[in-house]
Amino acid sequence: MLEVRDLSMRFGGLLAVDRVSLDVQEHEIVSIIGPNGAGKTTVFNCMSGFYRPSGGKILFEDREIQGTPDYKISRLGLVRTFQHVRLFSRMTVVENLLVAQHRHLNTNLFSGLIKTPNYRLREQKSLDRAAYWLNRVGLLDMANRDAGNLAYGQQRRLEIARCMVTEPKLLMLDEPAAGLNPAETRELNQLIISLKEDYHVSVVLIEHDMSLVMEISDRINVINQGRPLASGTPDEIRHNDDVIKAYLGEA
Amino acid sequence: MNAANFKHALFCAFITLIISYPILGLNLVSAGTSMGLEGASTVTIIGIFMAVAVVFLFQLCRDSAMAKLGQLPRPDFTSNRPPMTEKTRLKIQNIVILTIILGASLWPFIASRGSIDLATLVLIYIMLALGLNVVVGLAGLLDLGYVAFYAVGAYTFALLSQYFGVSFWFALPVGALLAALFGLALGFPVLRLRGDYLAIVTLGFGEIIRILLNNWTSLTGGPNGIGGIPDPTLFGLEFGRRIKEEGNLSFHEFFGIAYDSTHKVIFLYLIALVLAALTFFAVRRLMQMPVGRSWEALREDEIAARSLGLSRTGVKLSAFTIGAFFAGFAGTVFASKQGFISPESFVFLESAIILAIVVLGGMGSQFGVILAAIAVTILPELAREFSEYRMLIFGAAMVLMMVWRPQGLMPMRRIHIELEKQE
Repeated sequence: MLEVRDLSMRFGGLLAVDRVSLDVQEHEIVSIIGPNGAGKTTVFNCMSGFYRPSGGKILFEDREIQGTPDYKISRLGLVRTFQHVRLFSRMTVVENLLVAQHRHLNTNLFSGLIKTPNYRLREQKSLDRAAYWLNRVGLLDMANRDAGNLAYGQQRRLEIARCMVTEPKLLMLDEPAAGLNPAETRELNQLIISLKEDYHVSVVLIEHDMSLVMEISDRINVINQGRPLASGTPDEIRHNDDVIKAYLGEA
Repeated sequence: MNAANFKHALFCAFITLIISYPILGLNLVSAGTSMGLEGASTVTIIGIFMAVAVVFLFQLCRDSAMAKLGQLPRPDFTSNRPPMTEKTRLKIQNIVILTIILGASLWPFIASRGSIDLATLVLIYIMLALGLNVVVGLAGLLDLGYVAFYAVGAYTFALLSQYFGVSFWFALPVGALLAALFGLALGFPVLRLRGDYLAIVTLGFGEIIRILLNNWTSLTGGPNGIGGIPDPTLFGLEFGRRIKEEGNLSFHEFFGIAYDSTHKVIFLYLIALVLAALTFFAVRRLMQMPVGRSWEALREDEIAARSLGLSRTGVKLSAFTIGAFFAGFAGTVFASKQGFISPESFVFLESAIILAIVVLGGMGSQFGVILAAIAVTILPELAREFSEYRMLIFGAAMVLMMVWRPQGLMPMRRIHIELEKQE
């Protein structure tokens, strides 16, 4: 489904990502782990079109997408979240979800100005979808509050819901568990698994929380200092000597 | 009542004594070796000392007085009511607006000609400010050359009428659409810039249009401007004393009433009112539509908006174009009202004033912008006696406003879309 081949990203003299390859199959959760500054988020930024990679190819459903503008990539069904929550904090929770559906609500100006029945129907549909996802992530009671006033864990869940209303095929989560307490992490765990099982979305995950990664990932890619270090199932990674060295230091 | 309080009170009383001297215009005169006070009657002096005493006493027991005042039960109007739902709030706003429009449409029949003329100008500024509000307030794009689109609208009508004899009603949509087209053409290359850079480029664009109009003498008449712009007609009825165009009837003959030059003024005012109302409702509707939300989303967090599939250029361009469209409207009305336009009407100061209206009113707030447009247009007229100090007062008012109320006269309250509870 998604295939990254020999991806490189150079910032001036710094080679932040050096020939990283990974692939994601349908119906799969793939994690990218690695020490801080390893280049995980840079890989993400290349994949989601925020950076134009210096080398390598990114194929999404057999189409080359490296260098395509970010908003077009997201319209293809490759949607991401951010390491630091990026909500429209002065809009309400439900409006955050409406903004995300604008390409579904593709109506012209005129029909909106005079509120044609067709326009109302579409508007109602997107409201319904928003309500469904709010219910799914347990935020339905907060629907009319300003997004900025939510608790941190709720903001995280809202961000995922905001991605899901765009009906993505592949979801990229950048450290979704950062700043969550253990109970919230468990909930997130279940949510991500359910996204895969019930909504047939593939997930690429960057995460430091090893318990989360080991529990839900089908496969794991390890990156160290911009270079791929290892890849395999959680069990393989757990017993990989290189990975242990990189994380714990040379013994 | 401690020593510090006493000292402070003494100091305040002394200051009162001193400042009353210049404020009341007292004069010290020297008579030989002694000094005398001029311009102070006994009553004034007694008054001053009483004031000093009041200040002294107040400052002395200020703390305890204030504490007592704080204990008084305060009437509380808000606590026991559930918050207004978005729907009722919208309803109330609509009623208020409709009442205002109704009142404004009856008002010219009792007002004087001069004030109707001024009110038409106010309405033109309201249109302009509501249009710029879309660009600056909602989409967050600082546009310093907004007057260029106003000029495009005005000159479209002037040129079309001069060369093709086109009427107001035909020129109105054409002028607005052409202004929108200019907005689109300008927006396309410059909207990748942001903040200060965008402001400078738009400023340059405004000047280009003005200088072009000034120097393209063969077409626009240059600094001499274009005169003889026709008045709007009411279904072919003209408002002049004599008919200008063959086949038309004049308004006063058709209705069999005496000719009155006020009719035309009132008619123009009503047209401006209708267009301003149209602008208001259109923008208000846009704010609740996906376009409006994407303007806000892009202003709030551009990266997040892009990651959700909103095209930065597309969204910004739509704001720019729609803003320009309303400026074109206003320009056409302006040309018709003045009957004569020249590049001098479209200098940078105009852009600055429209921007000032938006900022003073509260960015994004429609009611605030209307209020500010009224204030900014009428206050200088009221302050005519101060003649050359007018701009000084205007400037000072603006500085004070920004210090005390930086969010504007009526800060923006977003119109939310509410999710209704499903039981």
